[in-house]
Amino acid sequence: MSLLPARARTDIAPPVLLGVLAAAVAAAFLLSLAVGPSGFGFGPGGEAGALIFWEIRLPRAILGALVGASLGLAGAALQGYLRNPLAEPGLIGVSGGAALGAVLAIHLGLAQLVALALPIGGLIGAGVAMLAVVALAGASGGPVTLILAGLAVSGTATALISLALNLSQNPFATVEMVFWTMGSLADRSLTQVWLAAPLMLAGMGALLLVGRALDALTLGEDAARSLGVDLVGTRWIIVAGIALCVGAGTAVTGVIGFVGLLVPHVLRPFAGHRPGLLLPASALAAAAFLLIADVGLRLAQPWVELRIGVLTALIGAPFFVWLVLKTRAELAP
Amino acid sequence: MRIEARGLRVALKSREVLQGLDAAAYPGQLTAIIGPNGAGKTTLLKAFAGLLAPSGGAALIDGRTVADWQPRALAQALAYLPQERIVHWALTVRAVVALGRLPYRPLGAGESAADAAAIEAALAAMDAAHLAPRPVLELSGGERARVLVARALAQAPRALLADEPAAGLDPAHQLTLFRHLAALAATGRTVVVALHDLSLAARFCHSIILVHDGRAIAAGAPQDVLTPGHLAAAYGITARYHTLDGVPVVLPVDVLP
Repeated sequence: MSLLPARARTDIAPPVLLGVLAAAVAAAFLLSLAVGPSGFGFGPGGEAGALIFWEIRLPRAILGALVGASLGLAGAALQGYLRNPLAEPGLIGVSGGAALGAVLAIHLGLAQLVALALPIGGLIGAGVAMLAVVALAGASGGPVTLILAGLAVSGTATALISLALNLSQNPFATVEMVFWTMGSLADRSLTQVWLAAPLMLAGMGALLLVGRALDALTLGEDAARSLGVDLVGTRWIIVAGIALCVGAGTAVTGVIGFVGLLVPHVLRPFAGHRPGLLLPASALAAAAFLLIADVGLRLAQPWVELRIGVLTALIGAPFFVWLVLKTRAELAP
Repeated sequence: MRIEARGLRVALKSREVLQGLDAAAYPGQLTAIIGPNGAGKTTLLKAFAGLLAPSGGAALIDGRTVADWQPRALAQALAYLPQERIVHWALTVRAVVALGRLPYRPLGAGESAADAAAIEAALAAMDAAHLAPRPVLELSGGERARVLVARALAQAPRALLADEPAAGLDPAHQLTLFRHLAALAATGRTVVVALHDLSLAARFCHSIILVHDGRAIAAGAPQDVLTPGHLAAAYGITARYHTLDGVPVVLPVDVLP
């Protein structure tokens, strides 16, 4: 028997963990509604105040919560399925496809003609990317073929986005396309929210179903199947769920990176490393994180105009440095 | 539960690994599947567990083809322990053993009192109760092997299929593990292990199936299966079957030319 003492456990009882995170989301949501360039509070009163509340702050807060939850949930689901803590939702190509669809809508001039051309272009792009990944990856073959298919699709999307930027004759369109790849929650209408929200909620509902399968996969694929898990079904639910929630989110906000990688990773010890429990926990934490990051942007707005995708990347990059140093320390003799 | 192969054929890629294998394992017995590397021991266990589909013949559990079982019912009746002791995340020992309860848990439900009782009983049966709060990745190889058997026991199976459960363990842990497996068989369960250690097979198993080139070339009690003739045919070795202090020992002497 080992002489090592039982190491202090960092995991928290599931109801407490989820309760605390849900409270954080509620607080961040209210904060997001209350903070803005026009002052603190739930509408300074009058018609202008009501307009600001309903047309600017409410869509932004709903979108922040839904997109954050989608990214956190999708990242946790993919990390659990691939059994790799470095997986992130962009890996399976749907966010690249959504960005390409939106960029094409700008490039072809559709965005000027039809109000919703951007998000609809994004949704079509995400859908095409998902079908391409499904066709390439096939039903069997495990995680490796899924990663390879995702890399092939996202690589193609990146190449075509570069091509569109390269060929663009119109500097305004070029700037718009570049900004789209940075992601933003600002100036989205409630119509856009209603377009994406049902798809995101459906995707999240699907992803929350695979918790048991992900738990079982902790023991490897053969043991998971012997526990009654349908691996092929799990694979398709995960691909479709990520395509719905991340694809629809990206179609409205543009690409927001790092959240889906960082949040599940940070939260894992608190969920006792259980991939099933990590799903709802990561969804809630990522929603709170994105809402708070977005409030931070608005507070910084008088001095600097930042986009949320840039901010998450600025937070995410040092996180990677920390991860490298931590891993090095753990692997040191 | 009676586990049976009838003219079982299983093909992996283009190679037919099992070529019409007949064998059976019975309740209350610890049955060993032995044979040289590549003979088809793992393939046979996976076919019994429903993880590989036969290309001919049949794998039967209680007289029914494995494929006819509902996945959930099969998971409640039969536990399978892969050879690799994979645990991907730093779960606690208790959380790993609790995974054995998944086939009993309705979607979205938490741990029931019955689940908790089964988990505690499984940990106790494998002398692992004191390990419960430890992260499983910090355990020694022998401890991890016991914890994974406890996970299989938490499934409350009537049959346990284990692939090389003692591989890589020191002699003390090998003996302890096999005593535990024999005790499980004594409770009326069907326990089947794939095994390389012929002395362990001789000492602990009630029945041995010798697999060679995808067929069972001998089956029955250890002293009837572990004969010089059978071992020469399957492994290409000369070997002695001895009894020392009442313990049977199989000693490989030389490789046949």
